[in-house]
Parts: sequence; structure tokens; C-alpha cells
Amino acid sequence: MSNVLLKLDSVSKTYRPLRRDPVHAVRHFSLDVQDGQIVALLGSSGCGKTSMLRMIAGFETVTNGAIELKGRAIHTLPPAKRNVAMAFEGYSLYPPLTVHENMALALKSQGVGRVELDEQVNSIARLLEIENILNKYPSSISAGQQQRASLGRALIRRADLHLLDEPMGQLEPQLRAVLRGRIKHFIKERQLTAILVTHDQTEANALADRIAVMEDGNLQQFDTPETIKARPANLFTGTFIGEPPMNIFHSEVELNDQFLKFHLGTDVVLRFPESAFSADLRDQLLNVRKVTLGVRPYAVRLSDVGVSAEVYANQWLGDQSHVAARFAAGSVISVSHDRVSTKEGETVCIEFPVTDLHIFDTRDGSAISHGGKPA
Amino acid sequence: MRHHTVLETWLRGLAIAVIVLFFMFPIFWIVLMSFQTNETILRSPPSMAFVPTISNYEAIFAGRLDSNVASMDIKFLGNLGNSIILSVGSVAVALLLGVPAAYAFARHKFRGSEDIAFTLLSFRFAPPLLVLLPLTTYFQALGIADTYFGLIWVYQLICLPLILWIVRGYFEDIPADIEHAYRTAGHGWFATFRKIALPLAMPGIAAAGLLAFIFAWNNFIFALVLASADKQPVTVGALAFVTASGIQYGQIAAAVVLSIAPTLMLALYAQRYLVEGLSLGAVKG
Repeated sequence: MSNVLLKLDSVSKTYRPLRRDPVHAVRHFSLDVQDGQIVALLGSSGCGKTSMLRMIAGFETVTNGAIELKGRAIHTLPPAKRNVAMAFEGYSLYPPLTVHENMALALKSQGVGRVELDEQVNSIARLLEIENILNKYPSSISAGQQQRASLGRALIRRADLHLLDEPMGQLEPQLRAVLRGRIKHFIKERQLTAILVTHDQTEANALADRIAVMEDGNLQQFDTPETIKARPANLFTGTFIGEPPMNIFHSEVELNDQFLKFHLGTDVVLRFPESAFSADLRDQLLNVRKVTLGVRPYAVRLSDVGVSAEVYANQWLGDQSHVAARFAAGSVISVSHDRVSTKEGETVCIEFPVTDLHIFDTRDGSAISHGGKPA
Repeated sequence: MRHHTVLETWLRGLAIAVIVLFFMFPIFWIVLMSFQTNETILRSPPSMAFVPTISNYEAIFAGRLDSNVASMDIKFLGNLGNSIILSVGSVAVALLLGVPAAYAFARHKFRGSEDIAFTLLSFRFAPPLLVLLPLTTYFQALGIADTYFGLIWVYQLICLPLILWIVRGYFEDIPADIEHAYRTAGHGWFATFRKIALPLAMPGIAAAGLLAFIFAWNNFIFALVLASADKQPVTVGALAFVTASGIQYGQIAAAVVLSIAPTLMLALYAQRYLVEGLSLGAVKG
């Protein structure tokens, strides 16, 4: 059984710079984090994810709403009384102390003995591959090493909640991939609860149990990585998650001859048998009329039937082909794990399987259906 | 890295030598003067050949100024003591008030904070003479004219803005997250200020303190108007050498050498510390 460890209750943050318009960084953000869970706050720069994290840590005041950690309201407490550990995006190591001293400082003030302290520092250092720089000063090590030291300093703490702000942004891709696994294992083994801020989807997908997608201060969707990918709650989440991004087409729906027809502009019509959609969904689509279709690149098939399009790029990335093609309603990207031989300038047929079709309401972007089933 | 030709190195050395000579010559000349009698100093053309004498220093330490026409008491050592009391006192007070204030201005943006900081800086805008007259009246009414307390207070006009603005810049250069990291580890703001912010800003505080000390030491006008003979610092005390029977250049030179000695020693000491502090630095990631 899991318990709610952290409760964010309609938290808002408004910055009011002098002589300038107020900035609403976070708007009515509500979210429950279960004990032992890793939650990623995912969004592009300036979406409010770091502001949210800093409010939890106590470096920013909460304009409105409440934050509860282990049942006690912490949003009015000073950072020292919140019992959270944080790894900072800018590392923020103490310059006069060595990496070892930096990592040991918090434990030392908690009264941990010398032997145990060394043991813990060394174990975390091994995990993060920074054993060889423990006696160096922050100014003499690389950014990637500083970042790992800063991450180590946060992970070593015994705290109710661990906040990790872009903890691996400075690392090389290979090391990042290795550390993701180790850090997740470390957090799960010790049953820590962590909130991770990142703009890297791969990191969020690999580390987090649940992802909170943010945009412009609003929580767009909070769900498991799988659900967010398969059933995006709105157009923003649909296009933000996934690389390359989802193909998007604006269309108008029409029922004709037992086919549901999606008019993409004036020249292209996608036809699906009406039986592929439930009666309710059909009615809803016909009622809304203007919808936005989304198809993930890996679901776009190059075949003999379908809409014809002209290929303008074909890249083989070593393990997958990215084919970009233009047709009357716009351009489309198709990803396949087989090597595709088509060349630039050739005409291909593209097919959008109904089982992979995401349909959004064009007016407000909310999801109407995924794969022919209501959202 | 760029390599310099021999000629470039040589020209560079020459340029540095000229600059050093230009700035050091007055001090060198003063030192020479302090070991000469008024007669050898004033001869024409001036010459660097003379028989050194320590009579000027003897006169200052003895507290008696003997010229060829008269003899009078001088309190130069007393002045030196006053200078030390006033400068050390005012820098200490300014550090005590200015460093926490600088931290507050750097870390906490509150309504009017810039205005207050600017007001403090504006103390340096007005010429001292402008404020001296009303200040004298106030000080006499308050009974603090001609006291160390009053003088140290007035010296804050020099020291406090200087320390506040220099140290504020140093605090602002320390990333706030370094302090945040310490605070999340269970430490209050005062412990963070003391254990993290203060040590990191120490080179800046030392530089500001040194600068404030030099400005306070060199101040002339406040003490001239607000202090009587027994509270006067060396800058005002040196006027005693301008006597009715002529200017005692030899003794003035000796007095100058003695009065620059403390600041010079402090600067040399602090310089070593400054370099140490800065090389630790690299505060920015």
C-alpha cells in the first residue's frame, strides 16, 4: 500500500517584478506524490518546473496554495525545517571544500560517525564514478564531475524528499545512460522519494514512475510514461512527448457512405470505416467537426495504398530510418526500424492506421480519442 | 599561448619600469628627505648626495620641533595614535554595519531596497565641506564634537558606503544556490551567512576594508573642523610643521614616512591574503 508523501494543493507562483507585468510561473498546480515514487516534472524552458521545485525546497515563496510533506504543511517553513535534499542545476558546491567534504558536510552535521561517513561517501562516489576526484576542489574539476558531486551530495542525505534539478544535464550521453540505471536502482533500493526536473524525455521516461508534463505554469498531464505516450491528454502533451514529434494535421470530419472522412485541407481525404469508431465517438467527432489528427512517426507506414507524398529527406540513423515527405496537407515524418531505400524526390504512399490515430479537439486541444477509442 | 619576442619582452619591462618609477618616485624622494636637514633639502640645485641624519625622526619621537629660530612642542605621535584609533574604529564599525547590510541588499530584494542603497551611496556625492558646517552645529549641540565617538560616526560617511557597495557586489557574485544547498541541509539563514557567505566574500570584504581604512586614514577635512588638537589625526597634525619661521620639510618628510608605514604594512599583509582568497575562488561553476 502506498501513501501520499507530498501533496501539492493548487500551488501558484506569481513573480511581481518592479515596474513590470507580473509573471505567472506556476498556476494552480495540484499533484500527489506517493511514498517511494520517482516523479519527473517535464517541460520546456520557462514552463515553471524549476519554480515548482524551488517552492517545495523553500527558496521561493508560495503565492497561493499549500504544500504538504508527510502530512505537515511545509510551505511556510524555512528550508532548513523541511527535511528535503536538493541537487542543483548549477551544482552549487562549496568552493573551499573538497568533493568529499562537500558530500560529507550534511551527514557530519547530522552526527554521522567518521567511519560510516567515509563508507557512504565512497559508496556514492563509486556509483557516480567520482572516486578519483574526492580530494579535489570544485574549481579544479570539470562541469560533469561537479554535477555528479552535487548529485552525490543530495543523494547521500537522509531526507523525506529528494529534489533533483536537471541532475544529468552536463554529462556525456554514454555516462548519462549508465548513471540513469544506477541512480534509479539506488533510489528504489533505499525507498527514497524523488522529484526530478528535466527537459529530457528520455531521462524522464527512464527514471520516473510518473511524469508531470508542464507548460506555461500549468500541469498538462500527470501519468505513467507509457500512458502519457499512448494516451496524451491534449495536443500539447501529444506533440511534446515523443521524438521525432507527432505528425499533426488539422481536419474537418464528415460521415459519408459508412466512412468517416477527415478532410485535410481541400485536396486530401483520409477515409476510415465508421465501424472503426464507436457510435458515441462518431457522434462526438461529427459534433465537434474541426479536429486535429496526430500520428506518431513510428506509426506512419510507407505502403502501396494511402496518400501519395514526395520524399524530401531519408536519413538512416544506424538503427532506424527517418523519412520526411511532403503532401498536399503538409509534411509528415515516418520512422521505421528497417532501412528504407526510398530516395529524395520519389513518390511514396503513406498510410495512417486508425489504431494509432490520436484525435484532438482543434478548439481547445483536448484529446477526443486514441486509436479509435474515446480518450 | 602567444609568444613574445625578446624586443617585446624588453619593451614591456621598460614600460613597467617607467610606470613604477613614476609612482614610486615621490615616496622615494620623501624617504630621502626624511634623512636630510632643511638646509640640504632646500639647496639649489637639488642633489641626491648628502650626509644622512636621523634628527628629524628624533625630533618627532621626542615631541620637540627645533628650528633655527624657535622651538615648539609637537604631538605627532599622539596624532599617529589618533589616526589609528579613528581609522580602525571607523572601519570596524563600518564592517559591522556594512557587511550584514550588503548581504541583505544582495540577497533580499524588498520594496525600496535600491533606494536605500542608493541613498547610502549618495553620501559620497556631496563634497564634505557642504555638510561640515551644519554637522559642526549639530555635533556641538549633541556634545559629540571633538570626541572619538563623533569622529568615527562622521567617518562612516566615508567608510560605510564604500564597504556596503563593494561587499554587496561580492555577495551578489556568490550563486545563491550555494547558500540554498547549505540551508536545505538543515541550517538557518544566520549559520548560512556566517559559514558560507562570509568566508566566500572574505577577499572582497578584505579589499573593501583596506580601501575604507586608506580613505579614513587619509581624511583631512572632517578632523580639521571637528577635532581639537588632542583628537587630530596625522593628516591634520602635519600642519604643525608649517611654522611661522618656515616649513620644516625634513620633519614633514619623516612624519609622512611614519604615517604611511601603517597603511603600507596593512596593504602588504592584506595583499597576500587577497591573492590567497582569490585563488581559492572560482566560485562560479
